[in-house]
Order: sequence, then structure tokens, then C-alpha cells
Amino acid sequence: MVRFEHVTKHYPASGDALNDVTFELATGEMAFLTGHSGAGKSTRLRLIGLLERPTRGQVMVQGRNLGRLPARKIPYHRRQVGMVFQDNRLLGDRTVFDNVALPLVAMGVSHKETGRRVRAALDQVGLLTRGKAYPVTLSGGEQQRVGIARAVVARPPLLLADEPTGNLDPDLSREIMTLFERFHHVGVTVLIASHDVALIYSLRHRTITLSGGRLIAPAPAD
Amino acid sequence: MGKQPIATQRGTRRLRRPLVAWVTHHLRSLLVSLGQLLRSPLATSMTVAVIGIALALPEGLYVLTRNVKAVSSGWEQTAAVSLFLRPAVTVPQAEKLAGQLRARSDIAHVRLITPDQALKDLRDYSGFAQAVDQLPKNPLPVVLALRPAAGMVSSSGLETLRRQLAGLPEADLVRVDSAWISRFEAIVGLVQRGVLLLAGLLALAVLLVVGNTIRLEIQNRRNEIQVMELVGATSSFIRRPFLYIGAWYGLLGALVAWVLVTVAVALLQGPVSTLAALYRTAFPLSGVGPLELLGMLGSGVLLGLLGSWMSVGRHLATAEPR
Repeated sequence: MVRFEHVTKHYPASGDALNDVTFELATGEMAFLTGHSGAGKSTRLRLIGLLERPTRGQVMVQGRNLGRLPARKIPYHRRQVGMVFQDNRLLGDRTVFDNVALPLVAMGVSHKETGRRVRAALDQVGLLTRGKAYPVTLSGGEQQRVGIARAVVARPPLLLADEPTGNLDPDLSREIMTLFERFHHVGVTVLIASHDVALIYSLRHRTITLSGGRLIAPAPAD
Repeated sequence: MGKQPIATQRGTRRLRRPLVAWVTHHLRSLLVSLGQLLRSPLATSMTVAVIGIALALPEGLYVLTRNVKAVSSGWEQTAAVSLFLRPAVTVPQAEKLAGQLRARSDIAHVRLITPDQALKDLRDYSGFAQAVDQLPKNPLPVVLALRPAAGMVSSSGLETLRRQLAGLPEADLVRVDSAWISRFEAIVGLVQRGVLLLAGLLALAVLLVVGNTIRLEIQNRRNEIQVMELVGATSSFIRRPFLYIGAWYGLLGALVAWVLVTVAVALLQGPVSTLAALYRTAFPLSGVGPLELLGMLGSGVLLGLLGSWMSVGRHLATAEPR
């Protein structure tokens, strides 16, 4: 599903965020990326979502070489990749329903179909009754679940999450991770960057550890 | 066989659905962008007023020159050519010449004034009746009063006619009332060129106003733009609402300009009527016609679209997701 080949990402200001990283994530796999802050976890997710392009090396997603993807095709690539952020990136001036509907609206899905799919996604994250609420009126955990609903509403085969539990207490964090596991069980490939090592180890999925931009526990794909 | 119609039906439905979604999205963006403008009425009305004034100035001047041209189109009646014949030319010879001139396409009307008739007119209208009576013999020649055809009123057309008439063997003197027509045409030409220049400058101003407004709008909605890019919206999808906002600004500005010009014409109608009455004519000012209104609205929308398009192209690139 995702393959990195000798990927290096260099930032002029802060040096190498990733240094010659090679790894593969199989289709349907769930894995964690861990490491200290600044170890390159976010950079890796950003490369997969094509928010960045690597300085050297190749990133392949679903057999597509992202380096060869022209700019006008990037939106179509992003529709295949659901992204969840630590700060959830919800739009404060729109209701929960409208926030979750954004990917479908961008794809030109019909009104009726959008309503159906948004309700299904909200149901999956347990927020079916909060569709008309505005994000600020929700708790941190609920906001993060809205972010997840938005990431999965278009049913992408790949789900990326960047520190999705970074702002949450342990109970809520576990709840969110359970939610990701549920998507993993229905066949979605999931890659989560997190430094919550205790939680990650309790979940028994492959863990990829980065340090100083390098892989220190390279685990081959199953 | 029996399943084929269903399959084609499904095919057209599959084709139609993206089209419907596309049209729906356009209509939605159109309405949403109008709603966004109406949500901040003060800022919107100020921008619209600036655009309206900028569009009203050239449009008002255009209406003015059009009205002036309407006056001058009545002048072919008065643009007269007087052909004074040589004293030796007799009335029958003059009548024959008049017949030849009437056959020409560039002359609408020929009136022959005999020396007797001219002398009588002079005596009756000039107030020199006694002096005229004491003349031993009629010194006046035969005069042909010509009126050029409607298409010949321009000064160059009249000049050609004058030269041809002066070349006639019977001609003694040709007098054309053309100097003031040339001057008037020069003034109208100058004003028209000025209106064009002004219109160009003000169109540029409209582009800049719309462009700057859209730039602020993009800055205000940077967060939204970034999220839309993250969820896979194409750049044309993201651009669309801003283009519509620009188009709305242009349309509303053009409407304001139309109101301004119409009110100005209504306010000027009174003084113009008074002036016309002093010249013993009636001169109704004509305002903005339906076609002109359509043109105004169209150019407003175009300018708005162009302004926002330029701004969107420049500033959306800087709103890439982080």
C-alpha cells in the first residue's frame, strides 16, 4: 500500500527530517510510527499525503510513484488518503455535519448520497446526534472523532493520523485508538504517528520507531 | 435483449449524475458566495459603491456623447451648400443644371432661387427695402440651394462635394457651412477619446478593487482553503467561490452605476428642457437603454471575474496546506 525507498527529506532551516528511510506498509495493515518529537513522524505522513515532496528517494502509494504525480492530480490522490490531525482542523463556522461532508462536497457527490454517507460516518464515530452542533461546543475527544469521521467519510483505502490523541487524556486516547482499530478490521490500511508508547505497545500492532530521521527498528512487511 | 434498455439507462444516469452534481455545485457556490457578501453588508456595500462609481463615470459620459450625437444627427437639414452661378447663366440654363444635380445620389434636395426671388426676399426680410428699390438693375445671380444627402454630412464628404461643384463651368462661388461642423466633430471626437481613456483607467481601478477585496477574502479564509485542499478539493473547486464573489461584486457595481446614471439623467432633464426651450426646440435626454444596461451588467461581471481571477491565481498558491 505504502512503500518508502531511500527517502530523505531535508528542510533548509532544520536539516534532515528523514534520512534514507526505507519501509513498506502492506494493504490492510495497521502500524504505528513512533519516536521523539522531531524524529520525522509527521514528515513521513506529510509525504504520503503529498503535503510535501521528498528531497531524495521515492514514495509509492498504491503502486503510484508520488514523485511522478503532476500537481493537478494531487487532489485525486488525497481523496484516497484520509488524514486525521492532532489539532483536528475542523472549520469553526460550519456544523459537524458540514465539516464531515467537506470531502464529499469536494468530490461532487450528490446531495442525497452525501447526507447518507455523512450520517453513516457520524454513526461510526458515535456522534450521529451531534450533526447540527458546531465544533466549539464539543469536547476535545468528540472533536477528534468528527475529524476521524471526515477522514473516513469518502471511504479511502488508507487512513493516516498525526498524533490523534496528542491532546486527549488516556481514556479518550484509548477510545480513539479503538475506533482506528475498527476501521482496520474492515480492511482500511491505517498508519498512526504517536509518541504515546504505553498505549501503542498495549495494542499489539507493528511499531516503526524513528530517531533523528532514521529507522531504528526496521520491521519488514508481513 | 430485454436488459439492454436498462443498461443504457444506467449508462446515461451515470453520465448525468456528475453533470447534475457539477451544475448543483455551481448554483450552490453562486448562492453561497452571494450569502457571504450579504453577511457583511457594510464592507460589501462600500466595495460595491466604489465599483459602481468607477463604472458610472464612463457610462455617464457615454450617454452624454450619445445624446449630443442625437442632436447633431438632425443637422443634415441645416448643412447647406449654396452654389452661386455666374451672372451670365440664365434661369432656364440654371434649371437644366438643377435637374442634373437632382439626379446625383449625394444631393438630397436642390432649390433654385431666381434673381427676382432673391431680390424680393432681400427687400422683405433685410429691412433695406428702400435701398433695394433704388437699385437700377437686379445685381443678384441665380443661386442653387443644395442639401446634401444624409450620408454626406461629414466634413470630408462636404469638402468633396464642394470641390466638384466649384469645378462646374456655371459655378461662380460655392459656400459650404462646414467649418463649424468640422469643429464640432473634432470636439465630439476628443470627448469620445477621453471617455475611452477614462473607461480604460476606471476598468483597471475596478480590477484592482475586486482583486484586493478577493485577496483579503482569501486571507480570511486561509484555514478553510487549506482544509479543502487536504480533503482533495481540486484547485478549480477552491477557486470557484472566489470567482463568483468577484462576479457578484461586478454585477452589483454595474447595477449601482446604472442607478447613478439614470438618476443623473433624470436630474439633468429639467435644465436641458429649459435650454432647449430657449432655442425653440424640444430635446428629450435619453437614458440607458435595455441593451446598454445589458452591456453594462455584462462588462461589470467580466471585470469582476477577471479581477478575482488574477487575484485568486496569485494568492491561492500561497495558501497551500501546511
